Amino acid sequence: MKSSVIIFPGSNCDRDMDVALKKFGFQNKMVWHNDDKLPNSDLIVLPGGFSYGDYLRCGSIAGKSKIIKSVIEFAKSGGLVLGICNGFQILTETGLLPGVLQQNKNIDFICKNVFIKINNKDNKYFKNIEKDILELHIAHNEGNYFCSNDELKNLEDNNQIAASYCNEKGDCNEKINPNGAIKNIAGIFNKEKNILGMMPHPERMIDKYLSGEDGTIFFKNLISNLKS
Amino acid sequence: MKVNEKVAIDHGLKKDEFKKICVLLKRVPNITELAIFSAMWNEHCSYKSSRKHLKNLHTKGKKVIQGPGENAGIIDIDDGDAIVFKIESHNHPSFIEPYQGAATGVGGIMRDVFTMGARPIANLNSIHFGSPQHKKTKNLLRGVVKGIGGYGNCIGVPTIAGQTCFDESYNGNILVNAMTLGLVNKNKIFYSKAAGIDKPVIYVGSKTGRDGIHGASMASAVFDDQIEEKKPTVQVGDPFTEKLLLEACLELMADDSIISIQDMGAAGLTSSSVEMASKGKLGIELNLNKVPCREENMTPYEIMLSESQERMLIILNNGKEKKAKKIFDKWGLDFSVIGKTTNSKNIEIFYDEKKFADIPIDLLAENAPLYDRKWKKIKLPQKLKFNKDEFKSLNLDDCLKKILSNQNVCDKQWIWEQYDHTVMGDTIQKPGGDAGVVRVHGTEKAVAASVDSSSSYCYSHPLTGGKQVVCESWRNLISVGSEPIAITNCLNFGNPENEKNMGEFIQCVEGITEASKYLNFPVVSGNVSFYNETKNKGIKPTPTIGGVGLIKNYKNMITMDLKKAGNNVLVIGKTEGHLDQSIFAKEILNEKKGPPPEINLFNEKNNGETILKLIKEKLIESCHDVSLGGILIALSKMCIKGKKGIKINPLKSLINKFEYFFSEDQGRYIIEVNNDNIKNVYKILKDNSVHFDELGIVNDNLVEFDEELNLSVEILNEENKTWLNNYMKN
Repeated sequence: MKSSVIIFPGSNCDRDMDVALKKFGFQNKMVWHNDDKLPNSDLIVLPGGFSYGDYLRCGSIAGKSKIIKSVIEFAKSGGLVLGICNGFQILTETGLLPGVLQQNKNIDFICKNVFIKINNKDNKYFKNIEKDILELHIAHNEGNYFCSNDELKNLEDNNQIAASYCNEKGDCNEKINPNGAIKNIAGIFNKEKNILGMMPHPERMIDKYLSGEDGTIFFKNLISNLKS
Repeated sequence: MKVNEKVAIDHGLKKDEFKKICVLLKRVPNITELAIFSAMWNEHCSYKSSRKHLKNLHTKGKKVIQGPGENAGIIDIDDGDAIVFKIESHNHPSFIEPYQGAATGVGGIMRDVFTMGARPIANLNSIHFGSPQHKKTKNLLRGVVKGIGGYGNCIGVPTIAGQTCFDESYNGNILVNAMTLGLVNKNKIFYSKAAGIDKPVIYVGSKTGRDGIHGASMASAVFDDQIEEKKPTVQVGDPFTEKLLLEACLELMADDSIISIQDMGAAGLTSSSVEMASKGKLGIELNLNKVPCREENMTPYEIMLSESQERMLIILNNGKEKKAKKIFDKWGLDFSVIGKTTNSKNIEIFYDEKKFADIPIDLLAENAPLYDRKWKKIKLPQKLKFNKDEFKSLNLDDCLKKILSNQNVCDKQWIWEQYDHTVMGDTIQKPGGDAGVVRVHGTEKAVAASVDSSSSYCYSHPLTGGKQVVCESWRNLISVGSEPIAITNCLNFGNPENEKNMGEFIQCVEGITEASKYLNFPVVSGNVSFYNETKNKGIKPTPTIGGVGLIKNYKNMITMDLKKAGNNVLVIGKTEGHLDQSIFAKEILNEKKGPPPEINLFNEKNNGETILKLIKEKLIESCHDVSLGGILIALSKMCIKGKKGIKINPLKSLINKFEYFFSEDQGRYIIEVNNDNIKNVYKILKDNSVHFDELGIVNDNLVEFDEELNLSVEILNEENKTWLNNYMKN
């Protein structure tokens, strides 16, 4: 399987994502933001970081970058696009995903392990995933997902809420909500489920010596779904 | 402006120094030249009060590739890999403007490291604040934490360990010490020494603005009531630009274009150009019209003194300009040829085709003032005699809870959760342990790092305190299973013109030297921050030690959390019951006098090396050094982290139980051993003549001792976590 990771100036999880993708069998290429063509890919990843310094708004300038037109085309033709953290913010800025990521409710940067519940397995990302609750890592200042009531209704009606923050048993409540996201939303799909944006970083949890191994489950499952 | 003695004094120079300048130059300097002298001759850049004493530091060792004197120190970690590291203070600016002060502190130290060709792989910090009750403390803490996070998180370098202390001596002068470790190929190290004549001098990075002018002079003076007016001397950081600069520099360093490179830190373009030329024994000619400026009509004076961040000065091989420019263009950074190296041995500054300065380089560097300041020896205070009858009214439960929630002992999660500590995907020991640990990417190796200070010990007896901090760093590195290799030191002191403060400095340095020699733990880099004084009140002497160790196989790393019920817990090292200067004495008995615990370097080395042997032979499950608060605090932290309890054995020691549990004798560790290995461990300890006590057996949830202590680990956790959270919320 072929993947591509886009590097924006200020991206800082690009290498981590490259390491993770290769570890689980992807042939990965790094793509510079100023390129206009994407290499032939089965998966495009927008990595975490502070693209363009997060100036103006997180992800907004990356959302207008040269390469992004090709990413949008690729996504609209049904290609898989995964945005992690800043990548999620960029996806909302391009309009590929609805809503916006605001500053965390406690106004502090948060770096810690969280649990997320997978809400929809009928897609390439989570189909057959062996666990319903994953322990992943978050590291962000703007992860507080917000959208209008209409958008929220659409998300719910179309099963677009990919993952929600929960406790280790899978209960989603305000107490365990790390950043104030509406409905504890940690990640969402587009309507067609080929685009996934989420705040947690699976690429930081890919061996037992790190914060945990549930990222391994995510990537192994993803490549196996793409192969089948 | 006409330069005279008054103008010189306004620039932070002393009368005698101004006279010396006029004599050396054989004329009165013009204003730009005066500014250059003031920038190079201040304490921060010239080390004029400390140089004489720093020479005595122990700086050599088999693993040392580069000792003090460069942008950072470098140690060999085998297989062609080397670690570049350094700690630096940003105290004065952080008090005036906590966010920017702390942020640019982090930015500055990272530049020192990647200037040498290394990719930064870990950040650490040691921060000291005034009393929690002081009106400024909370906002300063919040601002500093946000600043450190704001910069490090954006760059994408994990902050893996740190230290936060509160003490009223920092009410008017907080300390912000930032440390960075970088990884470099041993054969691809870049230095700041210029070489060759007529080589292009290149300016890269951000544009020059009016921020930070006189920053280095400000950091070389005491504070008074007017510090708010000094805000414009604080630099403003832009981590995004630094990230671009980092990537661009590393890209350019991949081949042989660069002769030498130096970041523009304190005293900006002045100190970087002078230092490069001075080390190469060359002259340098700069045309300031070529310097990219952020603001219009900047004068040569302002351009030379600006401390705008994220800038580098590079001397290139001839003919490499085009290729280098292409890289910087790609990253959207300024690139400008601003001058050349010359054989004049002078720094010559041109602007609008007029010469604005012409100064022999050696007057600025080698001929900078050197002071042998007067100092006072600080005697060892008399040991206190505690009235044991008083202890009868105390109970262990209450004492333990009170100390666990003490501001200097409590859990600092509120702080380190605001730092990205997992980016780069190699952090295998997070903040909150004895040392942070990151893997050397793509290898089996890992490096451990820790930062430590003990200002109460240093204040009470600087010589012992200096030794103690080095030992504490050594113990923290051992506790995670790493072999301690070298240290960097950040020497934070009061006013060197005050004999007592100068004595504290000299004797702390003496202590550091003695311990680092004995432990073969050399100092490879560091900095000195004097004048941490406000209205005649200086800080307690606070040498901060950043230690670095190597773990050959990261799978052998060890953590402090208790692992399994039924395991044996031992205290390594002898407990003598030294309560003077302990948290127990201060918090419970309200007694602040007495000497710090004694350092026995033989035991320190022997105990540490034996622990390392046990870890290497995979005989122990967990390890933690005993420091602030004593045995019971160290043990509680191991219980909290492991969510386990312990049943403590009846004491065999002859000393009082409060002395046993809360004394702060040095050279001690607590280890956890399973039943299969215990005999082997006993044998090794005995063979090496290491004293140990059988402390107890791990259980599921309760910390128990006799009838006197019975607390669940949840309660201990609560006591340990609550203080800082509540303090920041209210």
